[in-house]
Amino acid sequence: MTRETPSTSRMRTALIVVLGITAVVTAAVTLLLVNIFERKSEAYAPWVRFEKVDEDTTDPAIWGRDFPRQYDSYQRTALPTQTRFGGHGGSEALPEEKIERDPWLKRMFQGYAFAIDYRDRRGHAYMLTDQENTLRLTKPQSGSCLHCHASVMPLYRKLGDGDAFKGMDATHKMSYTETHQMLKDMGHLHPVSCVDCHEPASMSIRVTRPGFLRGIAEFANSSQGAPFAPSIEQWRKGNKKRPYDPNRDATRQEMRSFVCAQCHVEYYCSSEIPLTFPWGKGLSVESSEAYWNALKFPSGERFFDYRHAETGAEILKAQHPEFELWSQGIHARSGVACADCHMPYMRDGASKVSDHWVRSPLLNIQRACQTCHYLPESEIAARVDVIQERNYNLLQRSGAAINDMIDAIVAAKEQGVAEAALQPVLELQRQAQWRIDYIAAENSMGFHAPQEAARILGDAIDMARQGENMAMRLSRGCPTTAPVPAESPATPETPDASPAPADGADAEVPAEAPAVDTATVAGNI
Amino acid sequence: MWRQFWRKVQRITAKILTEPSLRRWLFACVIAVGILAGVGGYTFFYAEGPSYLSDDPKSCANCHIMNSQYDSWQKSGHHAAAVCVDCHLPTSFIPMYAAKAMNGYHHSKGFTLQDFAEPIQIKPINSQILQNNCLRCHGPMVDTMLPGATTDRDAIRCVHCHRAVGHGPPAGLGRTDQGLAKEMPRGVVLPKSFRQKEPK
Repeated sequence: MTRETPSTSRMRTALIVVLGITAVVTAAVTLLLVNIFERKSEAYAPWVRFEKVDEDTTDPAIWGRDFPRQYDSYQRTALPTQTRFGGHGGSEALPEEKIERDPWLKRMFQGYAFAIDYRDRRGHAYMLTDQENTLRLTKPQSGSCLHCHASVMPLYRKLGDGDAFKGMDATHKMSYTETHQMLKDMGHLHPVSCVDCHEPASMSIRVTRPGFLRGIAEFANSSQGAPFAPSIEQWRKGNKKRPYDPNRDATRQEMRSFVCAQCHVEYYCSSEIPLTFPWGKGLSVESSEAYWNALKFPSGERFFDYRHAETGAEILKAQHPEFELWSQGIHARSGVACADCHMPYMRDGASKVSDHWVRSPLLNIQRACQTCHYLPESEIAARVDVIQERNYNLLQRSGAAINDMIDAIVAAKEQGVAEAALQPVLELQRQAQWRIDYIAAENSMGFHAPQEAARILGDAIDMARQGENMAMRLSRGCPTTAPVPAESPATPETPDASPAPADGADAEVPAEAPAVDTATVAGNI
Repeated sequence: MWRQFWRKVQRITAKILTEPSLRRWLFACVIAVGILAGVGGYTFFYAEGPSYLSDDPKSCANCHIMNSQYDSWQKSGHHAAAVCVDCHLPTSFIPMYAAKAMNGYHHSKGFTLQDFAEPIQIKPINSQILQNNCLRCHGPMVDTMLPGATTDRDAIRCVHCHRAVGHGPPAGLGRTDQGLAKEMPRGVVLPKSFRQKEPK
């Protein structure tokens, strides 16, 4: 019998093993319990406020103590990112020069500071550094530029005695260096910061930039359809007693685009008149062109950004109209906001935050595209690539066309063709360059509205070739015909919207702005 | 044989209880198992374990990963006809609990270790379960439309086209509701702040 009963020591070992296993399992279960507890607390999305932030807290690091998740991703905008057509990679001190890569771009800008220095973009973190270091600053630049490159609102409020609009209207006459120094002395020299898009008390998103607030209110007063912003169409149906104010009238989803539209737009930001968004007639490329054409400088002269050094044409320089091109596209019509693709929601444990690492959706296809498009990542990337490659090829063809046109104009001038006879050709150069630049400067390689981008480039190529043809006929003394006009604007007028107020764009020029010699305009920006 | 085994257990128990040194270890073991039972039981209830034995759709969104699926299901056409498990689990007893256990294991492992790919996608086996459930109700109507075996790997699933029946359109899509007067039924009195002037 004793042979069948285990010895005391063996039984003790067995008990100790049982005890050990139980302890390990208990530890594992406790670990799981704590993990579940953490996830559950995350789901309540609590945050602890350590700092008191207000309208003058421009330093993002202070906000970052209360909102570490958002701040972490915001800081990643300093990382170099690259897609096939955008951004820059590697660790070089400065991105590549666009004007070296595309010589036609440099030729278009002859007579303007963009022919000196025009590089690939970097992330939000560099917006101020890159502006401080651009060689374009070797020409006199206006204080208006800081509207979008720094957290500038405290300075506007100071200059305008509390009224930011008045403050902004004071900066275009100041030099860039002077404005920059004032902002530095106030301690607000930061790139775009939390306070620029978030209301400090409630954290809700809001727009702050006077340029945008004025521009969108003017657009609301126009008669062009606004399928991308239902609140504008709704405001138009109301009594219009108060001007359209996105902070009051827009939905949260619209605000997720409007905050970006404070800067990612076409504008005038030199020293003649205050910063202006050309939206009074609509957001299409033709509407903005018509707005600029109707605008007069205080000197009474027609608006232009610079005189082309080779041909003498009065050129319109397009900035990066991302918001405008998006507004003409299918994503805008479907209610997809900028932030849906460029700052998609991401999961951090059981909490949901929007990614503040603003970047190309192509670097984030999973979260940016696949939320709605149920296709493999490679298929989505391939579809975007087809769109962008087509746009790129059209853009290169339009570059070749504008190059040939300038050649023909220069040749005509050498032949001694009269200035007056060349006027229609110079007008065509203005129109063609405006369209090419509109798509070349826009940061999506046509993706924001592919058909619209192709239409614009098609018109541009046609205008450039018409101009080339005309210039060559003039050189040889052949008869010319009047240029064929472009198609009507892309966005049809909303039938039920009330007619635009008969304001006339002339009224938009502030009367008090002083006359400045147009020669200085040519050197600006 | 059973009697022999039982006698052996009795002998070992008697020895542990009479031998003082073994008694101490037994006492420690009993306490440890008690703690495990307590912590384990609490964890099970804290993690809402019993809810996973039910068919309540809310429990599928316990961990919040399925929030958008849960939200959109509430607005979908099938809201009135089917809950999550009606489409996503087999109906007979053993396959149902096997699928529940398998998915439960994958989900809790993924959520605890946070190592799953997003956006989440259905596994092929679950996709087949889903297809079977479509046919369970709609089979009589569609069987003449289906050209071959629906279990083929390449067979087109119902939800390939009828994507929105279960979860509705993806959240955030669709043109924003303008809330304009023409869409508002006559005679509805809105709170003052919502009232719009009638367009002329």
